[in-house]
Amino acid sequence: MYTTDLRSAEEKRKAARAKVVEDPEKLAEFQARIDRDEFIEPKDWMPEAYRRTLIRQISQHAHSEIVGMLPEGNWITRAPTFRRKLILLAKVQDEAGHGLYLYSAAETLGVARDELVDQLHEGKAKYSTIFNYPTLTWADIGAIGWLVDGAAITNQIPLCRCSYGPYARAMQRICKEESFHQRQGYEAMAALMRGSKEQRRMAQDAMNRWWWPALMMFGPPDSVSIHSAQSMKWKIKRYSNDELRQRFIDATVPQAHAIGLEVPDPELKFNEETGHWETGPIDWDEFWAVVAGDGPCNYDRMDARRSAHDEGAWVREAAAAHAAKRAGTRAA
Amino acid sequence: MSNENWQLYEIFIRSAKGLSHRHVGSVHAADPEMAIEAARDIYTRRNEGVSIWAVPSSAITASDPDAAEELFEPAKSKIYRHPTFYEIPEGVENM
Repeated sequence: MYTTDLRSAEEKRKAARAKVVEDPEKLAEFQARIDRDEFIEPKDWMPEAYRRTLIRQISQHAHSEIVGMLPEGNWITRAPTFRRKLILLAKVQDEAGHGLYLYSAAETLGVARDELVDQLHEGKAKYSTIFNYPTLTWADIGAIGWLVDGAAITNQIPLCRCSYGPYARAMQRICKEESFHQRQGYEAMAALMRGSKEQRRMAQDAMNRWWWPALMMFGPPDSVSIHSAQSMKWKIKRYSNDELRQRFIDATVPQAHAIGLEVPDPELKFNEETGHWETGPIDWDEFWAVVAGDGPCNYDRMDARRSAHDEGAWVREAAAAHAAKRAGTRAA
Repeated sequence: MSNENWQLYEIFIRSAKGLSHRHVGSVHAADPEMAIEAARDIYTRRNEGVSIWAVPSSAITASDPDAAEELFEPAKSKIYRHPTFYEIPEGVENM
Protein backbone atom coordinates (compact mmCIF):
# COMPACT_ATOMS: atom_id res chain seq x y z
CA MET A 1 0.00 0.00 0.00
CA TYR A 2 2.68 2.48 1.01
CA THR A 3 4.77 1.45 -1.95
CA THR A 4 1.85 2.06 -4.30
CA ASP A 5 1.95 5.16 -6.44
CA LEU A 6 -1.50 6.68 -5.98
CA ARG A 7 -1.02 9.73 -8.18
CA SER A 8 -3.42 10.43 -11.02
CA ALA A 9 -2.21 10.15 -14.62
CA GLU A 10 -2.03 13.96 -14.82
CA GLU A 11 0.11 14.19 -11.67
CA LYS A 12 2.47 11.56 -13.04
CA ARG A 13 2.78 13.32 -16.39
CA LYS A 14 3.61 16.57 -14.64
CA ALA A 15 6.29 14.90 -12.54
CA ALA A 16 7.76 13.21 -15.62
CA ARG A 17 8.16 16.57 -17.35
CA ALA A 18 10.31 17.77 -14.45
CA LYS A 19 12.81 15.00 -15.18
CA VAL A 20 16.47 15.73 -14.51
CA VAL A 21 19.35 14.24 -16.44
CA GLU A 22 21.69 12.28 -14.19
CA ASP A 23 25.37 11.48 -14.67
CA PRO A 24 25.34 7.88 -16.00
CA GLU A 25 28.54 7.02 -14.14
CA LYS A 26 27.08 8.13 -10.81
CA LEU A 27 23.86 6.29 -11.59
CA ALA A 28 25.77 3.05 -12.24
CA GLU A 29 27.76 3.47 -9.04
CA PHE A 30 24.55 4.08 -7.10
CA GLN A 31 22.89 0.98 -8.54
CA ALA A 32 26.00 -1.06 -7.72
CA ARG A 33 25.74 0.03 -4.07
CA ILE A 34 22.09 -1.03 -4.00
CA ASP A 35 22.95 -4.36 -5.62
CA ARG A 36 25.57 -4.94 -2.91
CA ASP A 37 22.74 -4.44 -0.34
CA GLU A 38 24.35 -1.31 1.06
CA PHE A 39 22.12 1.21 2.82
CA ILE A 40 21.78 4.66 1.29
CA GLU A 41 22.11 7.38 3.92
CA PRO A 42 20.87 10.99 3.89
CA LYS A 43 24.08 12.70 2.78
CA ASP A 44 24.95 10.11 0.12
CA TRP A 45 24.54 10.94 -3.54
CA MET A 46 21.26 9.63 -4.90
CA PRO A 47 19.37 10.10 -8.17
CA GLU A 48 16.72 12.80 -8.00
CA ALA A 49 14.05 10.27 -8.97
CA TYR A 50 15.05 8.01 -6.06
CA ARG A 51 14.79 10.97 -3.69
CA ARG A 52 11.41 12.01 -5.08
CA THR A 53 10.02 8.48 -4.99
CA LEU A 54 11.05 8.16 -1.35
CA ILE A 55 9.68 11.56 -0.33
CA ARG A 56 6.37 10.68 -1.95
CA GLN A 57 6.23 7.20 -0.47
CA ILE A 58 7.41 8.05 3.06
CA SER A 59 5.16 11.10 3.33
CA GLN A 60 2.19 9.14 1.95
CA HIS A 61 2.95 6.54 4.60
CA ALA A 62 3.25 9.20 7.34
CA HIS A 63 -0.04 10.81 6.29
CA SER A 64 -1.69 7.38 6.42
CA GLU A 65 -0.60 6.93 10.03
CA ILE A 66 -1.91 10.37 10.98
CA VAL A 67 -5.23 10.10 9.11
CA GLY A 68 -5.48 6.52 10.41
CA MET A 69 -5.98 7.90 13.91
CA LEU A 70 -9.36 9.36 12.91
CA PRO A 71 -11.54 6.29 12.31
CA GLU A 72 -10.30 4.73 15.55
CA GLY A 73 -10.28 7.93 17.60
CA ASN A 74 -13.99 8.01 16.82
CA TRP A 75 -14.48 5.10 19.26
CA ILE A 76 -12.23 6.07 22.19
CA THR A 77 -15.08 7.62 24.17
CA ARG A 78 -17.40 4.72 23.34
CA ALA A 79 -15.14 1.73 23.99
CA PRO A 80 -17.19 -1.00 25.72
CA THR A 81 -14.88 -1.43 28.73
CA PHE A 82 -12.16 0.55 30.48
CA ARG A 83 -9.61 -2.07 29.39
CA ARG A 84 -10.55 -1.65 25.73
CA LYS A 85 -10.43 2.11 26.10
CA LEU A 86 -6.89 2.09 27.50
CA ILE A 87 -5.77 -0.24 24.70
CA LEU A 88 -7.37 1.90 22.01
CA LEU A 89 -5.82 5.08 23.43
CA ALA A 90 -2.39 3.44 23.41
CA LYS A 91 -2.88 2.23 19.85
CA VAL A 92 -3.99 5.62 18.54
CA GLN A 93 -1.04 7.24 20.32
CA ASP A 94 1.25 4.72 18.58
CA GLU A 95 -0.17 5.77 15.20
CA ALA A 96 0.75 9.37 15.98
CA GLY A 97 4.24 8.18 16.90
CA HIS A 98 4.52 6.20 13.66
CA GLY A 99 3.52 9.25 11.65
CA LEU A 100 6.20 11.28 13.41
CA TYR A 101 8.97 8.67 12.90
CA LEU A 102 8.11 8.73 9.22
CA TYR A 103 7.99 12.52 8.86
CA SER A 104 11.36 12.51 10.60
CA ALA A 105 12.70 10.02 8.03
CA ALA A 106 11.23 12.08 5.15
CA GLU A 107 12.93 15.22 6.46
CA THR A 108 16.34 13.58 6.03
CA LEU A 109 15.67 13.81 2.28
CA GLY A 110 15.60 17.59 2.41
CA VAL A 111 11.88 18.29 2.69
CA ALA A 112 10.31 20.12 5.64
CA ARG A 113 7.58 18.44 7.66
CA ASP A 114 5.45 21.58 7.48
CA GLU A 115 5.56 21.40 3.72
CA LEU A 116 4.36 17.79 3.76
CA VAL A 117 1.59 18.53 6.26
CA ASP A 118 0.48 21.48 4.13
CA GLN A 119 0.32 19.22 1.07
CA LEU A 120 -1.96 16.86 2.99
CA HIS A 121 -4.23 19.64 4.22
CA GLU A 122 -4.44 21.17 0.74
CA GLY A 123 -5.54 17.82 -0.64
CA LYS A 124 -2.41 17.46 -2.78
CA ALA A 125 -1.02 14.42 -0.96
CA LYS A 126 -2.38 10.90 -0.89
CA TYR A 127 -2.85 8.51 2.01
CA SER A 128 -3.99 4.90 2.23
CA THR A 129 -7.52 4.48 0.83
CA ILE A 130 -8.55 2.28 3.75
CA PHE A 131 -9.00 5.26 6.08
CA ASN A 132 -11.77 6.68 3.94
CA TYR A 133 -14.16 3.97 5.15
CA PRO A 134 -16.36 4.65 8.19
CA THR A 135 -16.20 2.88 11.58
CA LEU A 136 -19.90 2.20 12.14
CA THR A 137 -19.82 -0.12 15.14
CA TRP A 138 -17.40 -1.20 17.87
CA ALA A 139 -16.63 -4.34 15.86
CA ASP A 140 -15.00 -2.13 13.23
CA ILE A 141 -12.28 -1.31 15.76
CA GLY A 142 -11.55 -5.02 16.13
CA ALA A 143 -11.62 -5.47 12.35
CA ILE A 144 -9.26 -2.54 11.78
CA GLY A 145 -6.68 -3.80 14.28
CA TRP A 146 -6.81 -7.32 12.95
CA LEU A 147 -7.22 -6.75 9.18
CA VAL A 148 -5.91 -3.25 8.49
CA ASP A 149 -2.94 -3.44 10.82
CA GLY A 150 -2.43 -7.05 9.72
CA ALA A 151 -2.22 -5.94 6.08
CA ALA A 152 0.05 -3.07 7.13
CA ILE A 153 2.44 -5.47 8.88
CA THR A 154 2.58 -7.71 5.81
CA ASN A 155 3.48 -4.68 3.75
CA GLN A 156 5.89 -3.16 6.23
CA ILE A 157 8.06 -6.13 7.18
CA PRO A 158 9.90 -6.09 3.81
CA LEU A 159 10.29 -2.31 4.16
CA CYS A 160 12.51 -2.92 7.21
CA ARG A 161 15.15 -3.97 4.65
CA CYS A 162 14.50 -1.18 2.17
CA SER A 163 17.60 0.50 0.73
CA TYR A 164 17.11 3.89 2.38
CA GLY A 165 18.56 3.71 5.90
CA PRO A 166 16.33 6.17 7.79
CA TYR A 167 13.17 4.65 6.28
CA ALA A 168 14.30 1.09 7.06
CA ARG A 169 15.08 2.04 10.67
CA ALA A 170 11.73 3.79 11.13
CA MET A 171 10.00 0.68 9.78
CA GLN A 172 11.82 -1.60 12.20
CA ARG A 173 10.48 0.43 15.10
CA ILE A 174 6.99 0.53 13.63
CA CYS A 175 6.85 -3.21 12.96
CA LYS A 176 7.81 -3.98 16.56
CA GLU A 177 4.90 -1.89 17.81
CA GLU A 178 2.42 -2.92 15.15
CA SER A 179 2.06 -6.50 16.30
CA PHE A 180 0.27 -5.39 19.49
CA HIS A 181 -2.19 -3.54 17.23
CA GLN A 182 -3.08 -6.64 15.29
CA ARG A 183 -3.41 -8.90 18.32
CA GLN A 184 -5.63 -6.53 20.27
CA GLY A 185 -7.94 -6.25 17.24
CA TYR A 186 -8.15 -9.99 16.78
CA GLU A 187 -8.81 -10.44 20.49
CA ALA A 188 -11.67 -7.91 20.33
CA MET A 189 -13.17 -9.78 17.34
CA ALA A 190 -12.77 -13.13 19.10
CA ALA A 191 -14.52 -11.72 22.20
CA LEU A 192 -17.49 -10.63 20.08
CA MET A 193 -17.63 -14.03 18.39
CA ARG A 194 -17.88 -15.67 21.83
CA GLY A 195 -20.72 -13.29 22.76
CA SER A 196 -24.43 -13.03 21.98
CA LYS A 197 -26.03 -13.64 18.61
CA GLU A 198 -26.19 -9.88 18.12
CA GLN A 199 -22.48 -9.47 18.90
CA ARG A 200 -21.56 -12.23 16.44
CA ARG A 201 -23.69 -10.57 13.79
CA MET A 202 -21.90 -7.28 14.46
CA ALA A 203 -18.47 -8.90 14.10
CA GLN A 204 -19.46 -10.61 10.85
CA ASP A 205 -20.85 -7.34 9.50
CA ALA A 206 -17.53 -5.60 10.21
CA MET A 207 -15.69 -8.48 8.53
CA ASN A 208 -17.95 -8.13 5.48
CA ARG A 209 -17.22 -4.42 5.15
CA TRP A 210 -13.45 -4.47 5.87
CA TRP A 211 -12.28 -7.61 4.06
CA TRP A 212 -12.22 -6.25 0.51
CA PRO A 213 -10.87 -2.79 1.35
CA ALA A 214 -8.10 -4.55 3.35
CA LEU A 215 -7.15 -6.58 0.25
CA MET A 216 -7.12 -3.37 -1.81
CA MET A 217 -4.57 -1.87 0.58
CA PHE A 218 -1.82 -3.76 -1.23
CA GLY A 219 -2.44 -1.68 -4.32
CA PRO A 220 -3.43 -2.53 -7.90
CA PRO A 221 -2.60 -5.96 -9.37
CA ASP A 222 0.91 -6.51 -10.74
CA SER A 223 -0.46 -6.53 -14.28
CA VAL A 224 -1.16 -2.77 -14.07
CA SER A 225 1.30 -1.66 -11.40
CA ILE A 226 3.69 0.25 -13.64
CA HIS A 227 5.92 1.87 -11.05
CA SER A 228 6.88 -1.31 -9.26
CA ALA A 229 9.79 -2.30 -11.50
CA GLN A 230 11.92 0.77 -10.72
CA SER A 231 11.14 0.57 -7.00
CA MET A 232 12.11 -3.11 -7.00
CA LYS A 233 15.39 -2.30 -8.75
CA TRP A 234 16.11 0.32 -6.09
CA LYS A 235 15.10 -2.12 -3.35
CA ILE A 236 12.53 0.32 -2.01
CA LYS A 237 10.05 -2.44 -2.71
CA ARG A 238 10.99 -6.10 -2.28
CA TYR A 239 7.83 -7.99 -3.21
CA SER A 240 5.05 -7.22 -5.67
CA ASN A 241 1.56 -6.10 -4.64
CA ASP A 242 0.06 -9.47 -5.55
CA GLU A 243 2.71 -11.46 -3.68
CA LEU A 244 2.11 -9.47 -0.48
CA ARG A 245 -1.66 -9.64 -0.90
CA GLN A 246 -1.47 -13.44 -1.25
CA ARG A 247 0.71 -13.68 1.86
CA PHE A 248 -1.92 -11.72 3.80
CA ILE A 249 -4.82 -13.81 2.48
CA ASP A 250 -3.08 -17.08 3.35
CA ALA A 251 -2.36 -15.87 6.87
CA THR A 252 -5.76 -14.31 7.52
CA VAL A 253 -8.33 -16.77 6.16
CA PRO A 254 -7.48 -19.46 8.79
CA GLN A 255 -7.57 -16.76 11.51
CA ALA A 256 -11.12 -15.85 10.45
CA HIS A 257 -12.21 -19.48 10.47
CA ALA A 258 -10.61 -20.08 13.88
CA ILE A 259 -13.07 -17.69 15.54
CA GLY A 260 -16.05 -18.63 13.39
CA LEU A 261 -16.03 -15.69 10.97
CA GLU A 262 -16.94 -16.17 7.35
CA VAL A 263 -14.87 -14.56 4.61
CA PRO A 264 -17.34 -12.56 2.45
CA ASP A 265 -16.24 -14.14 -0.81
CA PRO A 266 -18.37 -16.90 -2.39
CA GLU A 267 -15.48 -17.79 -4.72
CA LEU A 268 -12.90 -18.26 -1.94
CA LYS A 269 -11.29 -21.70 -2.12
CA PHE A 270 -8.16 -23.47 -0.97
CA ASN A 271 -5.96 -24.76 -3.77
CA GLU A 272 -4.48 -28.03 -2.50
CA GLU A 273 -1.84 -28.04 -5.19
CA THR A 274 -0.39 -24.58 -4.57
CA GLY A 275 -1.25 -24.44 -0.87
CA HIS A 276 -2.79 -20.98 -1.37
CA TRP A 277 -6.24 -19.52 -0.77
CA GLU A 278 -7.74 -18.16 -3.97
CA THR A 279 -10.19 -15.26 -3.87
CA GLY A 280 -12.75 -13.94 -6.29
CA PRO A 281 -12.05 -10.75 -8.30
CA ILE A 282 -11.35 -7.49 -6.45
CA ASP A 283 -13.42 -4.45 -7.44
CA TRP A 284 -10.65 -2.12 -8.61
CA ASP A 285 -13.14 0.51 -9.74
CA GLU A 286 -14.02 1.01 -6.10
CA PHE A 287 -10.31 1.36 -5.22
CA TRP A 288 -9.65 4.03 -7.86
CA ALA A 289 -12.83 5.88 -6.94
CA VAL A 290 -11.68 6.08 -3.30
CA VAL A 291 -8.19 7.21 -4.41
CA ALA A 292 -9.81 9.94 -6.49
CA GLY A 293 -11.78 11.20 -3.49
CA ASP A 294 -15.07 9.34 -3.76
CA GLY A 295 -14.72 7.15 -0.67
CA PRO A 296 -17.43 7.39 1.99
CA CYS A 297 -15.28 9.54 4.31
CA ASN A 298 -12.65 11.39 2.22
CA TYR A 299 -14.19 14.77 2.93
CA ASP A 300 -14.74 14.10 6.65
CA ARG A 301 -11.19 12.90 7.16
CA MET A 302 -9.61 15.97 5.60
CA ASP A 303 -12.04 18.25 7.37
CA ALA A 304 -11.19 16.65 10.73
CA ARG A 305 -7.43 16.91 9.98
CA ARG A 306 -7.65 20.58 9.08
CA SER A 307 -9.83 21.41 12.10
CA ALA A 308 -7.40 19.61 14.41
CA HIS A 309 -4.54 21.61 12.92
CA ASP A 310 -6.38 24.95 13.12
CA GLU A 311 -7.82 24.35 16.57
CA GLY A 312 -4.38 23.30 17.80
CA ALA A 313 -2.85 26.65 16.80
CA TRP A 314 -3.13 27.95 20.37
CA VAL A 315 -0.98 25.05 21.60
CA ARG A 316 1.79 26.00 19.19
CA GLU A 317 1.47 29.65 20.19
CA ALA A 318 1.59 28.75 23.88
CA ALA A 319 4.69 26.60 23.31
CA ALA A 320 6.44 29.43 21.49
CA ALA A 321 5.49 31.91 24.24
CA HIS A 322 6.68 29.51 26.93
CA ALA A 323 9.97 28.97 25.09
CA ALA A 324 10.49 32.73 24.80
CA LYS A 325 9.73 33.25 28.50
CA ARG A 326 12.08 30.45 29.52
CA ALA A 327 14.83 31.82 27.27
CA GLY A 328 14.34 35.21 28.96
CA THR A 329 14.68 33.66 32.43
CA ARG A 330 17.83 31.86 31.36
CA ALA A 331 19.39 35.05 29.98
CA ALA A 332 18.58 37.06 33.14
CA MET B 1 0.27 29.98 13.42
CA SER B 2 2.66 27.36 12.18
CA ASN B 3 5.61 25.76 13.90
CA GLU B 4 7.84 26.13 10.88
CA ASN B 5 10.45 28.13 12.74
CA TRP B 6 10.84 25.49 15.38
CA GLN B 7 14.27 24.02 15.71
CA LEU B 8 14.87 20.44 14.64
CA TYR B 9 16.56 18.35 17.35
CA GLU B 10 18.28 15.02 16.88
CA ILE B 11 17.31 12.61 19.64
CA PHE B 12 19.65 10.15 21.35
CA ILE B 13 18.41 7.57 23.86
CA ARG B 14 20.37 5.44 26.31
CA SER B 15 18.73 2.11 27.08
CA ALA B 16 18.79 0.57 30.54
CA LYS B 17 21.31 -2.00 29.30
CA GLY B 18 24.30 0.23 29.98
CA LEU B 19 24.99 1.10 26.35
CA SER B 20 25.87 4.54 25.00
CA HIS B 21 23.19 6.94 23.82
CA ARG B 22 22.03 5.92 20.36
CA HIS B 23 20.47 8.10 17.68
CA VAL B 24 16.76 7.29 17.23
CA GLY B 25 15.34 10.12 15.12
CA SER B 26 14.40 13.77 15.41
CA VAL B 27 11.70 16.06 16.81
CA HIS B 28 10.61 19.62 16.19
CA ALA B 29 10.28 21.71 19.34
CA ALA B 30 10.09 25.31 20.49
CA ASP B 31 12.97 24.84 22.92
CA PRO B 32 15.34 22.10 24.20
CA GLU B 33 13.22 21.20 27.25
CA MET B 34 10.15 20.68 25.10
CA ALA B 35 12.28 18.63 22.70
CA ILE B 36 13.02 16.25 25.59
CA GLU B 37 9.31 16.04 26.46
CA ALA B 38 8.33 15.37 22.86
CA ALA B 39 11.09 12.76 22.54
CA ARG B 40 9.80 11.04 25.68
CA ASP B 41 6.36 10.67 24.08
CA ILE B 42 7.60 9.71 20.63
CA TYR B 43 10.59 7.49 21.28
CA THR B 44 10.17 5.93 24.75
CA ARG B 45 6.59 4.68 24.95
CA ARG B 46 7.80 1.18 25.80
CA ASN B 47 10.59 1.72 28.32
CA GLU B 48 13.19 2.10 25.58
CA GLY B 49 15.34 4.44 27.59
CA VAL B 50 16.62 5.83 30.87
CA SER B 51 18.19 8.99 29.44
CA ILE B 52 17.48 11.34 26.52
CA TRP B 53 19.79 13.78 24.75
CA ALA B 54 18.35 16.42 22.42
CA VAL B 55 20.91 18.10 20.15
CA PRO B 56 20.02 20.88 17.67
CA SER B 57 20.41 19.23 14.26
CA SER B 58 22.27 22.30 13.06
CA ALA B 59 24.97 21.69 15.69
CA ILE B 60 26.01 18.38 14.14
CA THR B 61 28.98 18.29 11.80
CA ALA B 62 28.94 15.12 9.73
CA SER B 63 31.71 13.58 7.67
CA ASP B 64 31.36 13.81 3.91
CA PRO B 65 30.29 10.45 2.44
CA ASP B 66 32.11 11.27 -0.81
CA ALA B 67 35.35 11.63 1.14
CA ALA B 68 34.84 8.43 3.12
CA GLU B 69 37.48 6.56 1.14
CA GLU B 70 40.32 8.95 2.11
CA LEU B 71 38.96 9.56 5.59
CA PHE B 72 39.01 5.92 6.60
CA GLU B 73 41.98 4.80 4.49
CA PRO B 74 44.52 5.05 7.36
CA ALA B 75 42.61 2.39 9.32
CA LYS B 76 42.40 0.00 6.40
CA SER B 77 46.15 -0.27 5.85
CA LYS B 78 47.06 -1.07 9.46
CA ILE B 79 46.12 -4.67 9.93
CA TYR B 80 48.70 -4.99 12.73
CA ARG B 81 46.20 -3.19 14.97
CA HIS B 82 44.18 -6.41 15.16
CA PRO B 83 45.17 -9.28 17.46
CA THR B 84 44.74 -11.83 14.66
CA PHE B 85 47.77 -10.28 12.90
CA TYR B 86 50.16 -11.91 15.37
CA GLU B 87 51.40 -15.47 15.36
CA ILE B 88 51.54 -17.25 18.68
CA PRO B 89 53.33 -20.62 19.13
CA GLU B 90 51.11 -23.68 19.13
CA GLY B 91 49.93 -24.69 22.61
CA VAL B 92 50.17 -21.23 24.18
CA GLU B 93 46.85 -20.43 25.81
CA ASN B 94 44.93 -17.62 27.52
CA MET B 95 46.11 -14.94 25.07
